[in-house]
Amino acid sequence: MIPAAFTYRRASTVDEALALLAQHGDDAKLLAGGHSLLPLMKLRFAAPEILIDMADVADLRYVRLDGDRVRIGALTRYHDLQHDGILLEHARLVAHAAGVVGDPQIRHRGTIGGSVAHADPAADVPAALLASDATLVIAGPSGSREVPIGGFFQGPFTTTLGADELLTEIVVPSKASQGWGFEKFTRRAIDWAIVGVAAVGGSVALINMAGTPIRAKAVEAALADGASIEDAAALTAEGTSPVDEAHAGAEYRKHLARVLTARALEQVAGRIPAGLA
Amino acid sequence: MKVNIEINGRATAEEVEDRTLLVHYIRDVVGLTGTNVGCDTTSCGACTVLLDGESVKSCTMLAAQADGHAVTTVEGLGANGELHPVQRAFREQHGLQCGFCTPGMMMASVSLLNENPKPSRDEVRAALEGNLCRCTGYHNIVSAVMDASVQEVEG
Amino acid sequence: MSLMGTRVVRIEDQKLITSGGVYVDDLREPLLNGAAHAVFVRSPLAHARILGVDASAAREAPGVVAVFTAADLDITKDDDPRMEPWLAGEKVRYVGEPVALVLTDHRYQLADAAELVDVDYDPLPAVIGFDAAINGDTLLFDGTDGNVVQRNGGPFDDATFDGCETVVTHTIVNQRVAPAPLETRGASCAWGEDGRVTAWLSTQNAQIGRGSIAAGLGVDPALVRVVAPDVGGGFGAKIGAPDEAVVLAWAAKRIGRGVRWTETRSENLTAMTHGRAQRQVITIGGRRDGTVEAFRLHVEQDLGAYARAAFLPTLTELMASGVYHFPVVETESIAVCTTTTPIGAYRGAGRPEATAAVERAMDLFAAEIGMDPAEVRRINFIRPEEFPFTTGSGANYDTGEYAAVLDKVLAAARYPELRAEQAKRRESGDVVALGIGVSTYVEITGGDASGESGRVDINPDGTVTAYTGSSPHGQGLATTLVMLLSDRLGIPMDRITLRYGDTDEVPKAVGTFGSRSLQLGGSAVAQAADQVIERARELAADLLEASPDDIELNLADGVWQVRGAAGAGTVSWSSVAERADPPLSEDVWFADGKPTFPFGAHVAVVEVDTATGKVRVRRMVAGDDAGPVVNPLTFRGQRHGGLAQGVAQALLEIMDYDEDGNPVTATLADYSFITAPELPDFELVDSETPTTRNLLGVKGIGEAATIGSTPAVQSAVVDALAHLGVRHVDMPATPQRVWQAINDAKEAV
Repeated sequence: MIPAAFTYRRASTVDEALALLAQHGDDAKLLAGGHSLLPLMKLRFAAPEILIDMADVADLRYVRLDGDRVRIGALTRYHDLQHDGILLEHARLVAHAAGVVGDPQIRHRGTIGGSVAHADPAADVPAALLASDATLVIAGPSGSREVPIGGFFQGPFTTTLGADELLTEIVVPSKASQGWGFEKFTRRAIDWAIVGVAAVGGSVALINMAGTPIRAKAVEAALADGASIEDAAALTAEGTSPVDEAHAGAEYRKHLARVLTARALEQVAGRIPAGLA
Repeated sequence: MKVNIEINGRATAEEVEDRTLLVHYIRDVVGLTGTNVGCDTTSCGACTVLLDGESVKSCTMLAAQADGHAVTTVEGLGANGELHPVQRAFREQHGLQCGFCTPGMMMASVSLLNENPKPSRDEVRAALEGNLCRCTGYHNIVSAVMDASVQEVEG
Repeated sequence: MSLMGTRVVRIEDQKLITSGGVYVDDLREPLLNGAAHAVFVRSPLAHARILGVDASAAREAPGVVAVFTAADLDITKDDDPRMEPWLAGEKVRYVGEPVALVLTDHRYQLADAAELVDVDYDPLPAVIGFDAAINGDTLLFDGTDGNVVQRNGGPFDDATFDGCETVVTHTIVNQRVAPAPLETRGASCAWGEDGRVTAWLSTQNAQIGRGSIAAGLGVDPALVRVVAPDVGGGFGAKIGAPDEAVVLAWAAKRIGRGVRWTETRSENLTAMTHGRAQRQVITIGGRRDGTVEAFRLHVEQDLGAYARAAFLPTLTELMASGVYHFPVVETESIAVCTTTTPIGAYRGAGRPEATAAVERAMDLFAAEIGMDPAEVRRINFIRPEEFPFTTGSGANYDTGEYAAVLDKVLAAARYPELRAEQAKRRESGDVVALGIGVSTYVEITGGDASGESGRVDINPDGTVTAYTGSSPHGQGLATTLVMLLSDRLGIPMDRITLRYGDTDEVPKAVGTFGSRSLQLGGSAVAQAADQVIERARELAADLLEASPDDIELNLADGVWQVRGAAGAGTVSWSSVAERADPPLSEDVWFADGKPTFPFGAHVAVVEVDTATGKVRVRRMVAGDDAGPVVNPLTFRGQRHGGLAQGVAQALLEIMDYDEDGNPVTATLADYSFITAPELPDFELVDSETPTTRNLLGVKGIGEAATIGSTPAVQSAVVDALAHLGVRHVDMPATPQRVWQAINDAKEAV
């Protein structure tokens, strides 16, 4: 399949991208790695008139340690994240989540910013960032703003990002001293998560259990109150609204979320090794 | 628009529609048909090529995105009439049957070995998760990658 | 030294690994210069009346050469009310049915123009599943009395199971799956100035395709040339020519230009035939000592929208009793049409369904009487001395060593150790349960028994040009046949060229399906070679001035000589061929090809996470016996591929529809095509029992491992959960299904 016709523009700076967005408004789409957008365009589920390619904006591709925070440029690829020394020390959960996205070819192209902005509720990295209390840096016509990632996602494929804005940086507090766990349940290695759990310290985020990645608040509260992993994980499905499909119904997904949360928390506690699933 | 892409060490410069996918640039514009299209959802990996030495799915890239970059396809894998070790191993281990997935499978294997020169059989399987083959059951493909990396072929 | 049974790397590979194969979409034939590109507009609805098609906007779109609908076609089909139209004109009966053909100058204009074809549909109720079809509330075909198109066998005898100590019955599903060769379907057609049309098809059978195109167009077959270029897999779903090819050949003439067509994958998953799609009721009865006394199989075949494959349930019935000597076997089948993609052949085609049924029955029987499933099988096998053996369902088996291959496979699997590990896990309450599945099978290859062509020419330069009616497309058969010829003629492999897949070069042939190629195509070229040798012997006798009876072919050196007089001189193949008038060429139709019956045993070992229902395949141990092996490299390759497709059906793959008839697995993102991480390394056990039914003693191997592995894996999943009270899990054994089965068993306790 072939995308509907569009005009391709290339931005070489953030300002140039913002200017193009201001000029074309809703008709334009930003292109990062293209691994969310191009498949939709090929199936003609999306047909923007203008594509603004960010590939030349080289200064958005980095991972930097800034005190007790890790700053990640929005155009940093999954492949770079998964092998990055700073992330492996300070935000291992994020590095691991990036390493289980798609396949190696997709990880050579797909970017962290593209994934966050696309807001697929089944995506791995956004949930890892949510569990990590990340902050997003967003550039717009009137300057830059910072938003906690928890307030960014509004629903499936919808965020608070304005049509004239772009995501430039993701800031993750260092979690170097904290245990982490990650569980992604799929039928095949290549598949999107049916359900997933990202946990670090006492924070737990769920993949594909609602229209956005969500924090398992009841689990977190129970853990804070000193509940056992088993008892806390039993609360995982509270406040979730997973999709109900023939091959994986809502009740099954809730069951999976409980099982996987318990396993992720065992990893956080260091009782079973993280990073194997 | 005009794109400049180095393909298998040779500079190409062609006028294309903005929406041209890299795989169609390679196949229809440049005329190298070794790279195949097996799906339309970035699932099968038949179109895998190397972009600046790393595996990518050329059906999910615009030719425009490859502008100014270097692409390697199956036709550019060998050098001076010699087979690349991955090509030699695919033949020796019977890592191909109908051949349709093979160019993409070999390019994904080359990229894997660039990043992990001595993978285990399980690591090879994991690294080829994005390349579908309907004929071989993958067993001999894994053997071929082990062979190409100068390791014991079986377990 | 003979090449037979030696590991020979494939002669096919050099091109495939350096520049890639030349598949239909890669062709740069002069006749196709300036060809238009083609796309079929397909129905988005499962069942609807077509009120009108407005192609005016599409005809005005950039680059559009022509748009054709059913109304434009002046080729016809039979008047049968159930006949599938070339293009749907009055009704559509499945999502994906072709309605119009759009031709454009460039590939990128196709989708833009196709979107502009406006079809006015009046939706009708979808008919999804056997029950909806048979109740007949909604008819697919006006003027018919129901959706049932075939009934075989039955009625059953009420007294069949009287006197059995134990009787078990179960309804099981052999789900609809997609063949999904990596290359989708494609065809390019062009008419030459000589008034002949050439069609390049991605096909397993160029000659059958030529017949279909000639008949469709209503022209003399001599005016049609079909060429199969490299073909990217078929698995039964590329037999002959698709209807699309006939429409394309027609359109090429109409527009006076060549046309090129390659379907997209999403199109392929609804427009190419699917496989399997049976629901079965199995009933088995016998004594508590393990002796089965009667087996009954009731088959409900969903044929999809059009009855292309009514032979499938017939084959299932024929092979119903598997490797067992059952005193009583009863079968019946009912085939219906539904508003879904038509069913066709897919690797195994009717036999995997038979094996799955009888193997599930044996497992259920074993569980009921509390006996090891391997032991129950052993008790009921047809014994080696009983061959040839005619089964209760009418198949005449050639040879078999069923117990021997089972014992080899159990030994290789270290079966007792596995059972011990299973017991230990159960005792410790391990959340990950171990399952061991055993299946034994027999299948039928070359079952069409219609023969095959083979021709061998010795050229004056001593090289060989051979022609086969078989149509290799990945199996490695070219290497295998060249090995056979080299071995017989004493001529090195690199001096032998094999031609196939072009109807101008090989006019009469059947081609490749049903695992027939080596036993029939191989026998044909071997027989042609033998006839060449006999003629050459006469010629060599003249040259050496000796009696033909004293002339022998020195295979090691590839020369003719006088027996017992090595010093007396030799003559080369080249000299013999130069002497020959007419040229040294033998053309054979090998018609003596009776079906053969490969068999084997598989053990699958799985781990089931009982908390989530996820299954991991830990080991696959397979013994597949297809007689003498020509090339172990490609023989094993066929088994590997078959094993993967078997595991895929057992655990992952299903072509599924919602109640409105919309396919929900119509892209490769949604269809769970098996990948490398889901599979273990395969452990293969060797076994070679020759057949008496062809001159090579060989049986087919293309489908065998798929047939054996599917029930082994399914059985392993059930076995893992047996201690929880689970007796059956339908395929594919998805995590949710497995989890549900565990829950249901808990509730039943």
